[in-house]
Amino acid sequence: MKAFTTLKGIVAPMDRANVDTDMIIPKQFLKSIKRTGFGKNLFDELRYLDEGQPDQDCANRPLNENFVLNQSRYQGSNILLARQNFGCGSSREHAPWALDDYGFRCVIAPSYADIFFNNCFKNGILPVILSESDVDLLFKETFATEGYQLEVRLAEQKVVTPDGKEFGFEVDAFRKHCLLNGLDDIGLTLEDADAIKAYEVSRRQEAPWLFDAIQAS
Amino acid sequence: MSGKTLYDKLWDSHLVKQRDDGSALIYIDRQLLHEVTSPQAFDGLRLAKRNPWRIDANLATPDHNVPTTDRSSGVDGIADPVSRIQVKTLDENCDEFGIVEFKMLDHRQGIVHVVGPEQGATLPGMTVVCGDSHTSTHGAFGALAHGIGTSEVEHVLATQCLVQKKMKNMLIRVNGSVGPGVTAKDIVLAIIGKIGTAGGTGYAVEFAGQGISDLSMEGRMTLCNMAIEAGARAGMVAVDQTTIDYVKGRTYAPKGELWEKAVAAWSDLHSDADAKFDAIVELNGADIKPQVTWGTSPEMVTSVDGTVPNPAREHDAVKKEAIERALVYMGLTPDMAITDIKLDRVFIGSCTNSRIEDLRAAAEVVKGRKVAATLKQALVVPGSGLVKAQAEQEGLDKIFVEAGLEWREPGCSMCLAMNADKLGQGEHCASTSNRNFEGRQGFGGRTHLVSPAMAAAAAIAGHFVDVREFLSGDAN
Repeated sequence: MKAFTTLKGIVAPMDRANVDTDMIIPKQFLKSIKRTGFGKNLFDELRYLDEGQPDQDCANRPLNENFVLNQSRYQGSNILLARQNFGCGSSREHAPWALDDYGFRCVIAPSYADIFFNNCFKNGILPVILSESDVDLLFKETFATEGYQLEVRLAEQKVVTPDGKEFGFEVDAFRKHCLLNGLDDIGLTLEDADAIKAYEVSRRQEAPWLFDAIQAS
Repeated sequence: MSGKTLYDKLWDSHLVKQRDDGSALIYIDRQLLHEVTSPQAFDGLRLAKRNPWRIDANLATPDHNVPTTDRSSGVDGIADPVSRIQVKTLDENCDEFGIVEFKMLDHRQGIVHVVGPEQGATLPGMTVVCGDSHTSTHGAFGALAHGIGTSEVEHVLATQCLVQKKMKNMLIRVNGSVGPGVTAKDIVLAIIGKIGTAGGTGYAVEFAGQGISDLSMEGRMTLCNMAIEAGARAGMVAVDQTTIDYVKGRTYAPKGELWEKAVAAWSDLHSDADAKFDAIVELNGADIKPQVTWGTSPEMVTSVDGTVPNPAREHDAVKKEAIERALVYMGLTPDMAITDIKLDRVFIGSCTNSRIEDLRAAAEVVKGRKVAATLKQALVVPGSGLVKAQAEQEGLDKIFVEAGLEWREPGCSMCLAMNADKLGQGEHCASTSNRNFEGRQGFGGRTHLVSPAMAAAAAIAGHFVDVREFLSGDAN
């Protein structure tokens, strides 16, 4: 996994509550068996005026000029500013894959759906939670200033505005550790292989039926 | 010290290791796999040269991409090449790693959340995961079940564990029984309408009360299935005799002496009387009417005798904007009656409502009647091959076909339209599925979530009607 330490970049404002994962990456693109290549279809139904198809060249598709990512001032953005309950809906990890493939490494919102929030950390994306009022203020500043940039410092757990305002945020110690160091958490879990085996031995005594094999019949 | 909730008990019995940083390793008893969220997980295993930890804890079946029409040409007959590759990839991965899979032409194939319970692969007291948010369904068995992303699918394949942080406890109690014609779907939509789509975020939700214990296992699965639409990754119901009766005799359920031992252990799978919940929500069963969603989020819901909201009366700016946006997308006008919403298609199916009881409820409504001439299509898609066979044995397929509905092969179908079953732009659909998000059932499609009986009544009328009046003959 890519490490996340400090990120500075242009902020794109997604000014809408309850953005669901069907909106982030519509289902027809979930047919891919790869982890990459989803960026061109990020927010597909909002971004383009026609219905997108997998493996289609998006260069000549009609754009929704009003959509935030199609506005010239937000080109090259790598921080997505969003509203409450961002990422609700399905568990598709294609949603963070699409954000990452497009170039977003950080989302800032007042709240997230649980599964999406978790999936971000597995992909080197930092989902920052700030209060509604702080997020409101960042929306205002982003709209007011073309090329508005934020700096996100994970080690210090701070978001810093261009004029030096600082917003602290919380993050789980384990997730922070994995992100800062770009750690693969399967490898970390396997360090506890003995504990897993010991659990299995004692659990099998108590509830042997849980270890019956799923067998072909 | 206060007692434990059902969730506390399930958590404690699966705790492998509590880490100092607040995270914990939780053991996973069962993983269900389907074609959409697993290919990258298998690739990850191969890349890292890792072996699966306990391969026989997994069960797979393709469901999202499979055609619901003629399957005589097998997987090679799937018209969309991208869908075909995904289904083939699941077959290849399961063959390579030795995972039991009910392939597309197997008579047990179906939607994972229908197949797992009907095979007894989901048991009380288990932890169950799947790369699908509707894994919450399995909580109906007094299990801890939730959806995970593909990285976690790989994590479970490799370690049989997940790194988790304990959630908070929420109790949702439905006091008293619901009235006739009111189903588990109406109960859960009413709950989502009350607490909102983020109301359960961060919580494991236990459903309890008379209105819940009255429900069959099919009903409890419908209820827990949509816990995620209230933001709760996991929903659950305590084990009782209804649970035990459903599980008994199923293929992967324990047998003989082990069965007796298991049943004795399962008797503890309920919250203690003095258990402490972080939040409690109560509803009166008698107040719940058949529900219909009018907007683009499951919380945008009202009773069938209600009206579409008027944004002018909403004071919260964010909500007002959301209503306005939803009404434009849905092509509805403020204050119009729900029963005036005209329909283009009807979909009866999905992991929410495609079990035998759902099909019986729909068949009862359409029996001896005809689908409205104004409807373009009415689909009935059973949740599994076994549900299909059972329905055909009961003659339900004939009732549907005679009434003008199409009887299909099992799969996810029009719930999310990854196969060929989808809505056209601007079309309104009465759907027994779980999400009414923009574009969910097809580009520009307009979804209204309802119970199977309500969908069936709407198919006959061509617009929404109160199924309670419909069944008593009062509706026109």
